Parts: sequence; C-alpha cells; structure tokens
Amino acid sequence: MNDRPRNLNRRRFLADTAKTVCVAGLAGLGLSFYSNRSASHTAQALRPPGSLEENSFLGACLRCGLCVRDCPYDTLRLARLEMDVAPGTPYFVARDIPCEMCDDIPCVKACPSGALDPALRDIDDARMGVAVLVDQESCLNFQGLRCDVCYRVCPRIGEAITLDLQHNERTRTHTRFLPSVHSDYCTGCGKCEHACVLEEAAIKVLPQRLAKGELGRHYRWGWQEKDKAGGSLVAPDQPHRYHLPDSMDYEHGGRGLIPREKAAEATPFEHDPLSTLNRGMDEP
Amino acid sequence: MKLSRRDFIKTNAIAATATAAGITIPGVDRALAESRDTIRWDKAPCRFCGTGCSVLVGVRGGRIVATQGDPDAPVNRGLNCIKGYFLSKISYGKDRLTMPLLRMKDGKYDKGGEFTEVSWDQAFDVMAEKWKQTLKEKGPTAVGMFGSGQWTVWEGYAAAKLMKAGFRSNNIDPNARHCMASAVAGFIRTFGTDEPMGCYDDLENADAFVLWGSNMSEMHPILWSRLTDRRLTTSHVKVAVLSTFENRNFDLADIGMVFKPHTDLAILNYIAHYIISKNMVNKPFVEQHVNFRRGMTDIGYGLRPTHPREAEAKNAAKAGASEAMNFEDFATYVSEYTLEKVSKMSGVPADKLQALAELYADPKVKVTSYWTMGFNQHTRGTWANNMVYNVHLLTGKISEPGNSPFSLTGQPSACGTAREVGTFSHRLPADLVVNNADHRAFAEDIWKLPAGTIPGKPGYHAVLQNRMLKDGKLNVYWVQCNNNVQAAANLNEETLPGYRNPDNFIIVSDPYPTVTAMAADLVLPTAMWVEKEGAYGNAERRTQFWRQQIKAPGEARSDLWQLVEFSKRFRVEEVWPEELIKQVPVYRGKTLYDVLFANGAVNQYPKQKVADAHGNQYLNDEMDHFGFYVQKGLFEEYRRFGLEGPKKGHDLGEFDAYHQSRGLRWPVVDGKETLWRYREGYDPFVKTGAGVEFYGKPDGKAIVFALPYEPPAESPDDQYDLWLVTGRVLEHWHSGSMTRRVPELYRAFPDAVLFMHPEDAKQRGLRRGSLARIETRRGKIEAHVETRGRNRMPTGVVFVPWFDEGRLVNKLTLDATCPISKETDFKKCAAKVTSV
Repeated sequence: MNDRPRNLNRRRFLADTAKTVCVAGLAGLGLSFYSNRSASHTAQALRPPGSLEENSFLGACLRCGLCVRDCPYDTLRLARLEMDVAPGTPYFVARDIPCEMCDDIPCVKACPSGALDPALRDIDDARMGVAVLVDQESCLNFQGLRCDVCYRVCPRIGEAITLDLQHNERTRTHTRFLPSVHSDYCTGCGKCEHACVLEEAAIKVLPQRLAKGELGRHYRWGWQEKDKAGGSLVAPDQPHRYHLPDSMDYEHGGRGLIPREKAAEATPFEHDPLSTLNRGMDEP
Repeated sequence: MKLSRRDFIKTNAIAATATAAGITIPGVDRALAESRDTIRWDKAPCRFCGTGCSVLVGVRGGRIVATQGDPDAPVNRGLNCIKGYFLSKISYGKDRLTMPLLRMKDGKYDKGGEFTEVSWDQAFDVMAEKWKQTLKEKGPTAVGMFGSGQWTVWEGYAAAKLMKAGFRSNNIDPNARHCMASAVAGFIRTFGTDEPMGCYDDLENADAFVLWGSNMSEMHPILWSRLTDRRLTTSHVKVAVLSTFENRNFDLADIGMVFKPHTDLAILNYIAHYIISKNMVNKPFVEQHVNFRRGMTDIGYGLRPTHPREAEAKNAAKAGASEAMNFEDFATYVSEYTLEKVSKMSGVPADKLQALAELYADPKVKVTSYWTMGFNQHTRGTWANNMVYNVHLLTGKISEPGNSPFSLTGQPSACGTAREVGTFSHRLPADLVVNNADHRAFAEDIWKLPAGTIPGKPGYHAVLQNRMLKDGKLNVYWVQCNNNVQAAANLNEETLPGYRNPDNFIIVSDPYPTVTAMAADLVLPTAMWVEKEGAYGNAERRTQFWRQQIKAPGEARSDLWQLVEFSKRFRVEEVWPEELIKQVPVYRGKTLYDVLFANGAVNQYPKQKVADAHGNQYLNDEMDHFGFYVQKGLFEEYRRFGLEGPKKGHDLGEFDAYHQSRGLRWPVVDGKETLWRYREGYDPFVKTGAGVEFYGKPDGKAIVFALPYEPPAESPDDQYDLWLVTGRVLEHWHSGSMTRRVPELYRAFPDAVLFMHPEDAKQRGLRRGSLARIETRRGKIEAHVETRGRNRMPTGVVFVPWFDEGRLVNKLTLDATCPISKETDFKKCAAKVTSV
C-alpha cells in the first residue's frame, strides 16, 4: 500500500483494505514473491459463476484457463502478473464485459478442478458478487429521472432489482423509481454496472464480503419471522373492545380511530330510486 | 477561475442553497457570474416523444455543452427520461452529414452511381430538373413527399403549402400515418374534430387508469411517473393494463390482462354490453349528447387489391360508411359479447374482465383511458378508437377532469405539425380537408391563390406511396425528417423496390446516413433540433417554441430552408396550367417562392434580432438567408386557419407569446388556454347552458358506433406459428438514428433481440442468447433470443423492437392497414422462429 500515490479515493481504500485482510489470511501458506498479489483481489475483479470462497478458490484453481476459453462472450479473462488479481486466475470486470448468465454455464462445465463448483446447475444460483447502488447522489432515478436502465437490463428484473416507488416531494406530481437490489436474487452478473449510463457507474457489483452488512445475531426482523412462520409467533389477541362515543369506531392494529358517520349512513339502497327499481326481483 | 461542468452545477446548487438561507458564500457569486458568461441557458422541448418535456439547453462557444430538465416546465418539472438526459449528444454523432450527396458516375447523376459530394446548387439543379421533367410528363400525381411528426410546425406548414398549392399535389403524407392516423380517424368519426379533449392534468384527477396497448412505462416515461405518483399517493386509485404480453406496466397494475392479439375489439364491446346490461348507462348524457350509428363491416385490410385477403372483402371501397341506429339496437348489437364468450376469445379470466368493466361502469369512478400503438397500429384501429369512446360516452365519462379517453402520441409534434397543419394526403390546416370545396376555397383565399389551385382528390397516403413508387406511378419523392425504409412495413416487397425503381428519383433529407438515405439518390444534409428555430405540439395540445441555439455543421440546412429555397427553382408557368395563372396575372413569371413565401404575408415580418428576456442573442439562419422572419411569417399565416377557418376551436396564440411561455394548450382564446374541451366552463366554444357540446359535429352530438370483432389480416398457422409484435424500447427513439449514436444508450441496449417465452424457445432448440432466425412470408432476419428481461412473452407471441438498423424487423411485417385510417398494423403478423 505504501508505494502507491497518496491520493487514495474511497473505493481504492476499500479495495486495499480488503487486500490486507486477505494477506493476513494467506500468510501461513508460505507462498513466495507474489503471494500477497495472488491473494489480492480488487473490488472490480469478479470471479466466474460457481467460484468457491476466495481462499478455497485460490487453492483449487489450476490456472488452466479452460473456463476463459469456453466463455462464449469473452467475459472471463486470465489475470496477468502485474495485476491486483492472483496471476493466472479467471476474473471479469463487469463494467467492461458482464456475465451473460448462460443457461448451460460453460465455464463451470469446463473447470477440471472444482474451483468452479460443478454443483452449480442453475445460473440463477450463482453469486459472483452483489450489485450495490453505491452513489445515490448521482443515480438519475434518485433525482426522479426515468433512467432505470439497470433495472431493465437485469436478467432477474423485478427480483434482483426492483424499483421502489417514492413520491417526488420536489415536483409533487411525479414518482421516484428507486432501484433496489435484493441479494437473495442478485447473481452479480454485472449487467447493471455495465449498462449504467453515468460516466462512472452509480451501481457496482462488489464481492459479497464488501457488499453485505450483517444483522446482529441478537436481533430478528419481526415481520419476516412472522411470514416465515405463517402467522404470529405468539397467539393472537382476543378481540379488543373500547369505550367510544357513538360517532366513533376503532380498528385494532389498523387504522385506529375511525369516524363512524359513513357507516351509519350506509343503507342497501342507491341514491337513485330507479336503480333500485330497475335492479329487478332476482338480484336482491 | 476555471469551472468544470460539474463544478458549475455544484456551484449553482451551493449558491441557490445559500440564497435560500440568506447567506453569502465567498467566491460563489463571482464564480457564478463568470460561468454565466460562458454557458447560455435557453428552453427547448425534448426532441423525442409526444410527452413534450422541456429542457434547458446550455451553449458555450457555439456548442451544446449540457442540458438540464427544465424545473419550470409543467409537464416534467425538471425531469427527463434517459433519452432526454442525452439530448446534448444527439447532434454530435461522428458521422453527421455535412454536404449534399448525389449518386454519380462519370461526373453525372446516375442511379447506379456512388454517392459523391456536390454543392447545394448542383443538388437543387438535378432535383429541380427531375421534378420539372416528371411534372411535365406525368403531372402532379407523379411527385410526392414523405414528411414527419418530428418536423417543426412551420416546416410541416411550408411543406404542405409547397406540395398542395405549389406543385398542386396532395401526395404528401407524414410518418405520423404509421403512428396515429387511426387516432385521427377515430376522433373525426366520433367527434368531428381531431385531438384529445383532455390534458395531462387528468393524471392528477382520475380514480382509475386503463392502458390499452400503451406501454407507457417505457414509451412515455415521464407521464408514467405522474400516473404512478397518482396511484402511489391516493389509495383508492386503480390501474388496469391490457397488452398482448407482459411489459413493465404490469408492475403497477391492479388488473393486469394479457389478451390474445386483436381481441381488444371484443373486450371493448363486452364493456359496452356490461354497462348497458347493468343499467349503468348515463341516460341524460346519452340522450343529450350522443347519436348511434352502425359501421360498415367486412372492410378488408388495406392490402393491395390483388391480395387474396383483400379481394375477399365485400366493403373495402366503403370502409368508412355507417348508418343511423338507436340505443336499443346498439344494446342488442353488443349483447352477443357476453363475459363467457369474450373471456374465451381473449384468454383473459372472466373476473378480470368484469373488474375492468366495473371501473368504467361505476359512476363514482373517474376513468382515464390511455392508448398508443396497440390501438392505432391495428387493422381495425379506427374501430378500436371509436369503441373506447363508446364506453366513455355511454357513461358520460368524458371532457372533465379525470374522465378522459386520451390518445397519447408517439412523436414530439405528431399533433402540432402532422395533424394540426395538415400534412396528410387528405388534409389542410386546422382540421380542413382537401375533398371539401369550401375548405379548399378558404385555404386558397388565405394563401392568395387562384381558385382551383388545390386539387380536391386526396393524394397517396404513406403505404400507397411506397406501392406507387414500386409501380412506377410516383417518380420523384422527397423524404424529410424520418427513416421510412426502416420504419415502413414489408421492406423487401414494397419499400425498397420502390426506392430503387430505375424510373424514380429519391431525395432524402437527414442529419445522419440512415437506411433510407442509403436507398436514396440524393441525400441532403439537414440541421436538426436546436440548430434551427422551431415549434412542436405535444399530445395534450401544448404548442412549445424554441430558438436556434447553435449552427448546424458544415453545409447542413434546416428542412425549412430546403423547402423554401427549393421553391425558388420553379416559375408558376412550370407548375400551374394557364387557366390558373390568368386568374391572377400578377403571378405570371413569378417563382413559387414569390407566390407562396414572399407573398406579402409570410414575408411581412422584417429581419430582427432574436433575443431572450436576459438580452442573450440567438441565431436565425433562415431569417439571415431569406431576409425576413420566416418562422413568424409562416406561423402567423397558418394561425389564420384556426382563427378564421370553418372548423371552430383551433385558435392558437400569437407567435411571440410562445417564445415567452413554456407552451400553451390550444384553443388559446383571449390569451387563455383550454384544459378540457367540449365542457362548459372549460371550453370557451361551448354555448352557455349546453353543459357539454361536441361542436365538431353539426348537431353537437358525438357518435357511438356499433362495430364488431373481425379477425386480423394474418394469423399464425401451421407453417408460421407465432404472432410477431414489433415496437420500441425506452432507450431508443424510433429507428435509432439519433439514440444509437449516443454511446451510453447504445451500450444500454445495443441490438434488437427476440423476446420469447422460454418454452417456445426450448421447443425450437433455442435458449437465451442463441441466435435465431425469424421468418415470415416476406423475409427473414436473425437476432439473439431473450427469454428474460423487461418483456415477458406468453407462449405463441414474440416481440422484436424496430430501432436496430442491423436487424430490420420491417422485412418481416405485413403492409396491412386499417382500411379507414390507412395506418399499418405493426403489431400482428405470422412468423416462425428457427435455430440458425
């Protein structure tokens, strides 16, 4: 890190920090000269579908290049010596050529060592990384424009990227369509980062370890637990009853206090007597 | 102090914040003042769709350096879609045409020659020679022009005047024929006058929206943003979406319906039947404001008369005819469209159809219907338009805030130019038509022409123009501001043979070397968008002006300059018969330029400086060249058609008023805009006490048409077993000649793909990413299969967008049209898909 120019930007800093962590992890393996290089792995360099966890991958990968040879879209490349990726290992840069998510996953089929896990049969199960909307300030949709290119190029549109609708408080008559990534579905293919129309992409695919936070183990999302269980984890309440004036109702767990006027006015008849008369006898 | 564009924006933002907070930040004022010196901002409507968003164009050193959404524009309030975001780049494609190019061999024009640079003089020499020779040998019906809903208002007006009055040929039609001719025919048949009664404010006032064949989420992105906001912020609002495949509208749909192609006709009749059978007809409204008529049936498919499908049709010659009927007969007519039957025909579950019908029927729900190409590009497109009005008229849900049947337009000036100034083969400005002697006489009066100058027979419409080129009956043909070789259906059999017919001379004016330019004999380099002063009219009747911001590159000239300058090449004796000239002897020896443009009206506004409220100066290349304010003169002459013409309610404001506002919605009367037409209080032309008056019809009543379901021109069979649908994508505008030259947009959607259901792909040995051959009876193309993504196809239906000149999907489409509107059905033909 110390032989680099001093003007580290945030992105580089994150990448380098990650590298340091990896170096620490590999120190015991006794690799020579470029051991730190082989362990380093910039945030932009993504591994092919089905790659084992980075340390295991580096152990298993034979540097044979067969996955690169069989990639029909020239997405995969082999890292060269001077790079921040372990030399000879396959990687891709989403902004240059993203993964096209072939149904038959030829790269995995080509891998003789299992560094790309042969158990990966459905490309939707691949986790090459996770897309992260890294800059809301420059994302056009966050300002209310209708770009949503990342959403529309997503092979898992509506799952991996959804548009969360938010009222545009500035214009008062428009919606902001906020791209939102769902890591349960995102394969990290990088189509979104590739297509982002900004000069520097506002959405980027990062390796899982950089992209994901982790909830404290002491806490659960209550509503998700309820969904998972198919109902309340604790027996539902008995019906609630309230002291209320005649003009009011109360809806427990919902709208709360509701003026009753409307309910009191309701009768089974329309305003127009003709509609009652014309309704006929067979439709009471 | 040097400011980058980013710094500038930031500085502005800081300054604005500081101003709001009442504080001064050192250096900011100075920075702002300096940057203002270098970037000049002025308003212009977006170059692309019919929404009519406005942008501010930033010019420095004679170049557009940036744009921004105009925060004060009522339509978009500072927003843009992704095409609008890249407006600053569309003029700077690396292959802009900068010189006229003529096919030449051995220094002379030759149809088989190579494109060679020539001067404007040489270009016009050859062009005028061809024009004169053809007029002399074959008369005015052998010359023609194909124009555009992307022409500025005055370009369309000048073109129509040059063709209809100058060359006495009604063979002028716009590409809007492919886009909203069915909407026009629907308006005229039902209401007697063109264009929507409502406006975009319906978006904030409706309780329910129904989208009929309108992929608004991609094709009108900013309107979709407004519609979504209404749905989002008002809990009772419902959205119903009808389409032949699942598009992104379905994300928001409360009732999403994928119907079998063409069965929208049956669904519309079911809704009418539902309203009547549930006794939900607004009887007072219907009694006062509606007549009923039965339309002619078995009207054919607008194919060549020799086509077997056309020969079978009994009433192709009288497709637009109808006869009076009464409400009871109408009720009986639609009663066969029962829920069970229509659900079976359309493939839409009964409960969804019923929920849809209930939205229209419930008197408490204000419904706005939107449609675009799904209705209009339909062999029964005029009917579909008539039939959606039926349900709005039966319930009286029309011409008031939120109750609006609203035809959205695709092009930025389909309304303002193609329709309003009358660039169609049958029209004149302000809703007048050529086959009405009074209308012709009125136009001749305004234009100071001898009686009988304008021919009374409608000219060749778009599809017929291609057929007549092929058949050698139309021989000199000028295409401006569109890319019709790529856009028109049946490229192999109809379009290209006509362009390359050795008898024909084809002139194409375009900023870029399009597919149409490739098929031409003479290519004229054209100034685009803000390289000229212009005006567009959007879908809600809003007319918007802009000033010339920059100069066009090289020798490129605006369509307006080309039209007016070319008119100097003709003396009236060369184009008019003696009996016309002798009525106005002063015209003897004069040129068409003298008669049409230097006529005392168009040239009445002398050369002046064009400046904005801040005193910034603007170019006007046409004014410099011709010596008078051409745009103003043309507009003010055109405006008289609306003010004084026989069809009321087409009043426009004064020229200068538009430069001072972000658009005005016509009719503009006493400086006031009209939001909802035909409704007393909103529309100044409705008589006091009338409440509602459809004054386009002599008795003030709109018409409900009884029309049936009839099958499409071509349906899948054993050999061609899939429906092929074509259309657009958000990232690209029409044929992609501008947007594919913006690297970021090209990257976002580089090539057209074949959207298909994974099962359909699998059955054909294909999977996502495979190269497939798509083939119809008329041609074949290859494209990669896409089974995921934005469009989810049902089995049996495939979709290919048409923006990609590398995959010309119109080699496949059939040139079947609505026989009334003559608009092509680009949404339905039979295709097969195989592995390559």
